[in-house]
Amino acid sequence: MQPPEKPDIHSESFLHMLMQRQLRLSIACAATFLVALFGLPLFNYFAPELMATRVFGFTLTWLIVGVLFFPLVWIISWIFIRRSIALEEAEVEEVTRGNAPTDRK
Amino acid sequence: MMPFLAAVDPWILTFSAITVVVTVAMGFWSAKKSKTASDFFVAGRSVSVGWNSSAISGEYLSAASFMGVAGMVMSSGYDALWYPVCYACGYLFLLLFIAGPLRRFGAYTIPDFAEGRFDSPIFRKIAVIFVLFIGFFYTMPQMKGAGVTLAYIFKDIEWFGGVKGLPYWVGVVLVGSVITLNVALGGMKGITLVQAVQYWIKMFAISLPIFVLMSVHSHYGNHLQANSVKPAVGMISEGDTSTSLEAAAAINRKALSEKAPKDETWINPFGPLTTKAAKAAGLSAAESRPYSLLYTYSLIIALVCGTAGLPHILVRFYTNPDGVAAKRTTMWVMILIGVFYVFPPVFGVMGRNLMPELYNGLAGVKGTDGVVLNLPLILTEKYGTLGAVLSGITCAGAFAAFMSTFSGLLVSMTGALAHDIYGRILRPKSTPEERMKMFKYCAVICGAGAILLGFFVETFEINKLVGWAFAIAATSYFPLLFLATWWRNITMKGAATGMLAGGTLSLTAIASTMLADQAKWAEGLKIWYTSHPLARTLAEQPAIWALPLALALMIVISRLTRSEVPADIRMKMLVLHAPEKLGLKQEYIQEHQQGH
Repeated sequence: MQPPEKPDIHSESFLHMLMQRQLRLSIACAATFLVALFGLPLFNYFAPELMATRVFGFTLTWLIVGVLFFPLVWIISWIFIRRSIALEEAEVEEVTRGNAPTDRK
Repeated sequence: MMPFLAAVDPWILTFSAITVVVTVAMGFWSAKKSKTASDFFVAGRSVSVGWNSSAISGEYLSAASFMGVAGMVMSSGYDALWYPVCYACGYLFLLLFIAGPLRRFGAYTIPDFAEGRFDSPIFRKIAVIFVLFIGFFYTMPQMKGAGVTLAYIFKDIEWFGGVKGLPYWVGVVLVGSVITLNVALGGMKGITLVQAVQYWIKMFAISLPIFVLMSVHSHYGNHLQANSVKPAVGMISEGDTSTSLEAAAAINRKALSEKAPKDETWINPFGPLTTKAAKAAGLSAAESRPYSLLYTYSLIIALVCGTAGLPHILVRFYTNPDGVAAKRTTMWVMILIGVFYVFPPVFGVMGRNLMPELYNGLAGVKGTDGVVLNLPLILTEKYGTLGAVLSGITCAGAFAAFMSTFSGLLVSMTGALAHDIYGRILRPKSTPEERMKMFKYCAVICGAGAILLGFFVETFEINKLVGWAFAIAATSYFPLLFLATWWRNITMKGAATGMLAGGTLSLTAIASTMLADQAKWAEGLKIWYTSHPLARTLAEQPAIWALPLALALMIVISRLTRSEVPADIRMKMLVLHAPEKLGLKQEYIQEHQQGH
């Protein structure tokens, strides 16, 4: 079987693929973050007693916003960076596969 | 008359003086190394991830973060926690959507990006105006921080003729001129090192006193426990107060003054900060909750999107070697500032229990805004000088805070003037040497402007001023950057309309609430706002309507003017999104040059 054709980096389809992949990743990460960020005030609004439960002296909602929210964001950004760097490497790999760099347009 | 220096606490003076001297000395030292124009504007695009993330964090953590957040948590309670959280989490949006592409595009400043992306010199001018506008807005609270802190340090000095204390303006002039000198000498490369070091000074200054205070006066959780339980509003069950009473006894809490909010509204969501408008309209606690929720959401949007649209932060991303480094830097920034932001609320919580007399103070360091500087002094009773030493350390941190943010703002504003206005608009044929000379003159002009503005803001709240700058950035720059990097059909007219409408409308809305509160002639507006709490909430926190409005305008107008989409848009999008290893950037620049 023939190896798949090297994509033309100046073609519409290549750009489309590039942006779609990266945007999909960004949106997935942003959605996780926004659910947590916008969900919290809703919990405060509809379940005030639950959110006022004491945990180590903190109210639950204070503990989440004041302390636990930061690590959550770190985890999301760590996953994003790992995936997006992997994506970029895959893209470079696809374009340069089996071709001398002099071939560039 | 008292002897001159005996009236000043030696520890506070020493630590603050060291911070200032180190800043100036490092500025001079690195000034010698800054030679080329690129050094001045983007530090030669070669700052490593470690240095750059410390520098961005150092630049970002301003007087508002260092002093304002603690003060606001003390005065408003839970609702104020959204400030530190969103200040830190805004970087995630920057990381997910903007950091990488912006760096790949390879411009010097945001106006460069605006012009390059839309092939429109007019758009550069609009973008420059916004850089200066947001920049000056943001310098005002830093100047206020400087004036107030210096007045605090020298509060007991007696001059000839029995005049006591140091006037507010002295601090503004002193700190303003020191930083202006630093920026003029070293440019971006000069301040990168300074800001990186200042991050670590701030981190040390905010955390060490907390650990000492917690070891003496019990930990964070116990202090919160002392603010008795019970969720707010009608649906309260009969909560048991026995555990809270025990903890309260262990903490030896001082009686709260009448000006302090009650425990119940302070510790629970939807407290005094977000219900002000509804309370003014005379609504009951249950009725005011929807307004409060609305306020909370709008505040979150302004802070998160505003972070991703602040020009002085964005310009820093150009100092990274490439897009991957830009992403890594953002991640580290989130870690560095996230760790930092755990601490200021602790000051607020402990201040409420241990130093409630601050509630009675007026604005400035005598009020809750000064809790970070004042709180360590409670150790003086038991441990003598330890309290003064720690207070000296937090003063040094405050100095580092407003100095580093001010220098960052000054670099971005000076860059806008020297690079965009002089170098691109007024004299496009000027040599690099002339531009560098111009950078120095512009630094002095911007510094003087900031000092002048600083005189007028003594009575304003630090955190509020910063909040405005965020709201304006969130409704102007953020939608521009977001759509320009991800939507190929945006046109210059669409982008400009959306940005101008979003920015000016949110500014007008905010300014109208300020006028209603402070100006005598706006009495009618005040009465109207009092009877319309919904309008008041939306005007005070405009992001929730202004951001969608800006985005919608950008999309609709771009659709109407679709023939004006730049011809080489595919190439531009490719440069923004393709990995650098494909070598597209160089190609783009060559093609571009041949085209001219």
